[in-house]
Amino acid sequence: MSRAVTAERNPLRDVRDRRLPRIAGPCGLVIFGVTGDLARKKLMPAVYDLANRGLLPPGFALTGFARRDWEDQDFAQVVHDAVREHARTPFREDTWRQLAEGIRFVQGEFSDDDAFDRLSATVAELDADQGTNGNHAFYLSVPPKAFPLVLEQLSRSGLAAQENGAWRRVVIEKPFGHDLASSRELNDVVSQVFAPEAVFRIDHYLGKETVQNLLALRFANQLFEPIWNSNYVDHVQITMAEDIGIAGRAGYYDGIGAARDVIQNHLLQLLALTAMEEPVSFDAQDLRAEKEKVLSAVRLPKDLGRHTARGRYAAGWQGGERVVGYLDEAGVAPSSTTETFAAVRLDIDTRRWAGVPFYLRTGKRLGRRVTEVAVVFKRAPHLPFESTATEELGKNALVIRVQPDEGVTLRFGSKVPGTSMEVRDVTMDFGYGHAFTESSPEAYERLILDVLLGDPPLFPRQQEVELSWQILDPIINYWSRHGAPESYPSGSWGPPSADAMMARDGRAWRRP
Amino acid sequence: MIIELPDTTTGAVARALVQVRDEGGAVALGRVLTLVVDAADGDPEPAIEAANVASREHPCRIVVVCRCGSTGDQLDAQIRVGGDAGASEVIVLRAGPELLGHADTLITPLMLPDAPIVAWWPYEVPEEPSSDPIGVMAGRRISDSLACANPLDSLRGLRAAYAEGDTDLAWTRLTVWRGLLAAALDQPPYERVSRAVVAGNDVHPSVPLLAAWLAQALRCPVDLELSADAQGVTSVRLDRESGPIVLDRPDARVATLHQPGQPDRHIAMPLRTLTECLAEELRRMDPDEVYGEVLRDGLARVGVA
Repeated sequence: MSRAVTAERNPLRDVRDRRLPRIAGPCGLVIFGVTGDLARKKLMPAVYDLANRGLLPPGFALTGFARRDWEDQDFAQVVHDAVREHARTPFREDTWRQLAEGIRFVQGEFSDDDAFDRLSATVAELDADQGTNGNHAFYLSVPPKAFPLVLEQLSRSGLAAQENGAWRRVVIEKPFGHDLASSRELNDVVSQVFAPEAVFRIDHYLGKETVQNLLALRFANQLFEPIWNSNYVDHVQITMAEDIGIAGRAGYYDGIGAARDVIQNHLLQLLALTAMEEPVSFDAQDLRAEKEKVLSAVRLPKDLGRHTARGRYAAGWQGGERVVGYLDEAGVAPSSTTETFAAVRLDIDTRRWAGVPFYLRTGKRLGRRVTEVAVVFKRAPHLPFESTATEELGKNALVIRVQPDEGVTLRFGSKVPGTSMEVRDVTMDFGYGHAFTESSPEAYERLILDVLLGDPPLFPRQQEVELSWQILDPIINYWSRHGAPESYPSGSWGPPSADAMMARDGRAWRRP
Repeated sequence: MIIELPDTTTGAVARALVQVRDEGGAVALGRVLTLVVDAADGDPEPAIEAANVASREHPCRIVVVCRCGSTGDQLDAQIRVGGDAGASEVIVLRAGPELLGHADTLITPLMLPDAPIVAWWPYEVPEEPSSDPIGVMAGRRISDSLACANPLDSLRGLRAAYAEGDTDLAWTRLTVWRGLLAAALDQPPYERVSRAVVAGNDVHPSVPLLAAWLAQALRCPVDLELSADAQGVTSVRLDRESGPIVLDRPDARVATLHQPGQPDRHIAMPLRTLTECLAEELRRMDPDEVYGEVLRDGLARVGVA
């Protein structure tokens, strides 16, 4: 008698057989907003790269939905061009041809019932022709204000209904609301149509190898965790700097600002992963439990004026190029008080982190593009050297570089060669290798695959979203009562108030 | 950059490497492993090329030993870094048979500290890889029975000499097949496989290995359908009560999955390149136990022993 096959136990899968790839079951992906930048630059190339790596199921279908008057072939051409230009893996005619077989396009407005009925028919057709078996994920790459309408349409047309063991999932991108109240409203709308486990909130940072490596670094090593606490850590700086401006996205950005755009999701997620306790396991549920715990222990500074800073980029020269100030960007109102730089101090009320401030900052048009988590250690309690010997010695630091140049840097003191004793900071560097990053999968590949597999560990749930708005809401309210943000020259590291905020605590920002 | 070091020693080569790093500074550290390529009498260039590309995923130091027609007891070395070496640094050692008889002590100065050592025989494989001088040093030993003069005999040899840490590229070439077959069984209806048929080329070692894996995992009778003009594996059929699952790839390019009551599904499935296989091999450094079981027990189940 041969071995039994059940839903839980597939004899061809062996936990020891780690070569075996996780290939999604038969399914299709529907993208709303296929004409957008994200779809063209990230989503479509990621789908192709997955296909090229053999991780998509046979008969995979990709459906685009947009206002353009396109036929299937026109859309296929758009995908083809996007793949040619932006895909990470080499272009293979065979892979492309198979992918192209499953490409469909549905033209319509979100308010058009008829268009969604056509989409429903297209999806049913794909089930019959391509064998997608009723399994479909809907990727809403559309402005958040369109969410309610699209979700309602998905529900009305029956596209959201799961029948006969098939699944329907929805993927939404940040921002998840613009404050606590609106994030709850959004969640109410989503949860009326989809069950919590069918909702995938994409924070593409969490798909990055380096962010996942943060967990490996902390919990797979004996070296770091023992000093990962207030006994040894002086403070933590989490930075996400961009060198670009708002790049024509005034409609999205104005009124939102740096704190809502970046701190609420990316930086607070990085904070949670840096500060959380060891999870019981790496299951989605256990991981989330620890993240929620630490986010719920975050305490805001009493005097928000002294421990937060915000700024707005002014015209200037950046890296040899003349750039306009935020107020001169197309589509920004002259009366705008939107910040393009935000910095906050947060404390975490746990035994591990008591007295260790976490400084978060983000901004546009800063010195260079960099995202990093810097854990800065206390000075050695006693230095058995002449004071002149250690003048140039800074604090030890462990820096996790999220992007670009992914890797880890350790800063420590070393003797300068020569006769006298003199100690200076040096760095020990681990890079994923300059060429290695080319070969490591894009965050969107990982995330799309996880959506298709129904694997949620990397996706934040509503509770985390709400906790992060709870942290941010008071700060944003405070700022909204205090007029326009301070200007900083494009290409610098932010406004003077950001430096003053650190100086008050006797610290300084790292130059990343 | 290519640096020629004629009539040298590996100690001198190691010093030259340090000097290159001091002067150029361009050579990244962070190497995760040392890959020793024993090309013996074969042409080392295709192997170096594949290893260079694989090094983009796994930054490594590549040490190649080859005869390259050398007969004397002189060691000629070549160091390739930068544009000539992908994300790796390549050291080619050309030596005659006497020096190669002591290949282990020859290459020892060039091994990265602490990092795992992987041995790769791109052509003929030693009779017992785990007791070969280079194989003994390596935690992982990669052979390629397909590249041997007599692939099926080599596969039998690998079976007889199997030790933990051995792996063969004929197995790596099957990963895509295995992934698709496993994914097919992940879906309902959940039924036992009563019988399986694997069709393919009569001297391609991947064909019996795939059959052996199915027999080992499913514990059902597995038949082989062999033909001389097939390219690699061409088809797998899994018989089930509701009808067979058939995965067909007649042209080595596009595969079709037939399932009862469902539309045919197509997927691009080109023959895997040497680079892809090597990159997959370098992903893990622990013994591949599943391969070991398939090789030792699975092959016997399908009568290839």
